[in-house]
Amino acid sequence: MGDEHNVSGLLAGKRLLIAGILTDQSIAFSAAKIAQEEGAELVLTGYGRLSLVERIAKRLPKPVGDIIELDVTNPEHLDGLADRVREQVDGLDGVVHSIAFGPQSVMGGEFLNAKWDDVSTALQISTFSYQALAMACLPLMRPGGSIVGLTFDATTAWPVYDWMGVAKAGLESASRYLAMHLGKQGIRSNLVSAGPLRTMAAKSIPGFVEFEDAWQARAPLGWSLTDLEPAGRAICALLSDWFPATTGEVVHVDGGYHAVGA
Amino acid sequence: MANRDEIRSGLADILEEVAGVDKADVADEKSFTDELDVDSLSMVEVVVAAEEKFGVKIPDDEVPNLKTVGDAVSYIEKNAA
Repeated sequence: MGDEHNVSGLLAGKRLLIAGILTDQSIAFSAAKIAQEEGAELVLTGYGRLSLVERIAKRLPKPVGDIIELDVTNPEHLDGLADRVREQVDGLDGVVHSIAFGPQSVMGGEFLNAKWDDVSTALQISTFSYQALAMACLPLMRPGGSIVGLTFDATTAWPVYDWMGVAKAGLESASRYLAMHLGKQGIRSNLVSAGPLRTMAAKSIPGFVEFEDAWQARAPLGWSLTDLEPAGRAICALLSDWFPATTGEVVHVDGGYHAVGA
Repeated sequence: MANRDEIRSGLADILEEVAGVDKADVADEKSFTDELDVDSLSMVEVVVAAEEKFGVKIPDDEVPNLKTVGDAVSYIEKNAA
């Protein structure tokens, strides 16, 4: 691993677009680092503070091309994405969607008080953008391609997650529909459902710490709130050729928490 | 090893570049969030830039303790390579 001339890694020769790196504590950063170590060539998109994403990208094992600005609510960014990607690579074998946002008013126990304007923002950026990013990248993809997104287990209600939980439930459904519609083209869509991790995204959820302790206590394998590698590895596995017949799936990377009742 | 004045001046350069803070406002007693209006995401970038500039690792858990410019200068002074 980490060899500049790695041609035998899990992702050797794969060209991947990774959206959603913000800091080196981003799940997307972990996936990017491992993907490079496994031989992939990366194209990165960033949102908001591109200068921060550029600084963080320099911490990856290998250099990457210019960070492409991508606001998933901006139709021009989406329409122009394929051309911008083509400036760096001639096609894509995989896409990582690590994008979610909800205004503070839709989380932190505010489920009953949230207003549609704010909820719709959460749904557009956290749910609909999965289809939007996939379609923006589709012209560059061929059979064998893999799209991977990130959910937080939406089969139950969580304290403080509120409308973000609804958005993730929608994302899980959207991934199944994407799997159905892109299956004929040989393209897979799967999600990684990670346990709680102390990313910027998590820190911005008021009261997120409430279920950190429960997770560490209940997960059969235990759980680290700061180790991003398990999620990064699972993302890379789903991008690889080793899940060729798996699509519309949610892979739990949660220490086994989802499997036990108490 | 940089002294406190050099560290403060380096931090002022970063704060100006990353968060648009007027360098003249950067002093030890100034709070990043309340007085210099550095938002949380800008603070993340300030930390990343400071790590590179001063060759120091500033763990996430430490960042909430760096409330003022002086706190950051002291941390960097103590932990820089």
